[in-house]
Amino acid sequence: MPAIEVSNLQRAFSADFLAVAGIDLQVAEGEIYAFLGPNGAGKTTTVRMLTTLLRPTGGSARVAGFDVVDEPAAVRGAIGVALQEAALDPLMTGRELIRMQATLHGIPRAEGRRRADDLLRRVGLTEAGERRVGTYSGGMKRRLDLASSLVHEPRVLFLDEPTTGLDPVSRKAIWEEVEALNREGTTVFLTTQYLEEADQLADRVGIIAAGRIVAEDTPTALKAQVGKPRMEIVLAEGDAPDCIDVLGRFGDPLPPKDGTLMVEVAEGAAAIAPVVRALDEAGIVVESLDVVEPTLDDVFVAKTGQHLEGAEDEPDTGEAEAAE
Amino acid sequence: MRTLAVIGELGRRSVRQTFRRPQLMAPLLIIPTLLLAVQSAGAGRAVDLPGFPPVESFFDFLLAGAMVQAALLAGNSGGIAMAIDIEMGFTDRLLAAPIPRFAIVAGRLAGTAAVGAVIAVWFLVIGVVFGATIEEGIPGALMMIVLVVLAALAFGTLGAALALRTGSASVVQGTFPLVFVILFLSTAFFPADLLLEPAETIARVNPLSFVVTAVRDPVISAWSAGELAAGFAATLLIGAVGIWLCSMALRRRLRMG
Repeated sequence: MPAIEVSNLQRAFSADFLAVAGIDLQVAEGEIYAFLGPNGAGKTTTVRMLTTLLRPTGGSARVAGFDVVDEPAAVRGAIGVALQEAALDPLMTGRELIRMQATLHGIPRAEGRRRADDLLRRVGLTEAGERRVGTYSGGMKRRLDLASSLVHEPRVLFLDEPTTGLDPVSRKAIWEEVEALNREGTTVFLTTQYLEEADQLADRVGIIAAGRIVAEDTPTALKAQVGKPRMEIVLAEGDAPDCIDVLGRFGDPLPPKDGTLMVEVAEGAAAIAPVVRALDEAGIVVESLDVVEPTLDDVFVAKTGQHLEGAEDEPDTGEAEAAE
Repeated sequence: MRTLAVIGELGRRSVRQTFRRPQLMAPLLIIPTLLLAVQSAGAGRAVDLPGFPPVESFFDFLLAGAMVQAALLAGNSGGIAMAIDIEMGFTDRLLAAPIPRFAIVAGRLAGTAAVGAVIAVWFLVIGVVFGATIEEGIPGALMMIVLVVLAALAFGTLGAALALRTGSASVVQGTFPLVFVILFLSTAFFPADLLLEPAETIARVNPLSFVVTAVRDPVISAWSAGELAAGFAATLLIGAVGIWLCSMALRRRLRMG
């Protein structure tokens, strides 16, 4: 039985505005599914319907085996939800919040206290547990939100843009926690507008635009749909046509862009050494050479004709700095 | 049983929220206390006016008005806190939990009732310290506490309904001055007989007048079953209207998402 099963799900906010315009999807038990799309694409509306916060105006959805319209209480008992912007009370302490969440899920007080201790330890907030949430950083708030959504050990976890606005270190901490949860068997449905987040975390990605899923597959398969990796070369010395002749031996040349020569190379980075040797033998000196893999943004462009908002200035995860 | 535990937990949170947010708690105690001090000191000779009911002092007369005023403000304050919860998305956290929807409102009201008890005790202490005599003694004081708690609860339903309907803390806060208008058009600070028209007529039918009179009764005279019954009935009426409005607003909010 799928953890999430959605058929022609719709939500209209007025006669002429369909925020979600008929979505079909299935998420298997133990899978991480990422909903990728720009602001206003329908991601949050979909999550709100799947978490019973918003009634669909069409179609059907089952979460953890329960219908979101007919069995909302059963759905709520089976899911964990961490909503956008970490909806936390700044006046509560972290420990109070988790204990309150435990009570909401019918967990006895003593057990709630024990789970609060465990979860605060798990997300590295033991020390901060007695402090008011208003004093937490953005990353701490998200970790607390995540911890509170786990207090009843949900089968399916919904994370609505869990890392939006976080710094690279906090973002990585959330990713690691999501991966750990998934290894423990939790199904994760997350929405994101960050390509790298979907690429890194998700087993499968659904790309949503204007309320419809325009593409859905594993990140690798999606990227393969839009082309092969391409090599980008900027010449220091030498003739561009000569260079293109050489590159043509390794793949299909693409039209140059801003002085950069490009060729599709099916082998990706493995083609670098032979290409460099061939250029050297031809007496061509390069200023830079890079292999660029297709991104989910390329998929988004191919499917919608538009770039994902902010794709070009997407914050990195700090790996580059770490490597340095 | 589980629902009661949830209401208790949300009520505790509501009380903590009120005490930890000075802008919510301060007006409940400070404004009515200051008004009580200023009015009783400045207009103390009002008791000599022909038609004024027999009381020991103007302070004794005003004490109930201050208590009901604070209870009204507690209801307003509870509504503001609820609207803040809606604005910051905290209500969604509660709605996504497997609890009955009414528990969210009931939890908030439980907190408002607890704040009402604090208010009642505060003004009773002030009353005793500054020389008020409670004619009906300890049973009378307990009855005053019960009435103020119920009044806070009833006014809390109106605040909660407004919060659920608008989802805006500033709108709920904007009704703050209305508290004073409604109070001055009741018998909270002056007997109806001494008000000018149309204030006198309004005060005679204003449910708040019945609540104030019932709270005042044990201070200034012996029990009057009729006045107590009218006070409880008025509180019940306000609460019933508030609960109905809450239920409509909650249903609408859930439908709209």
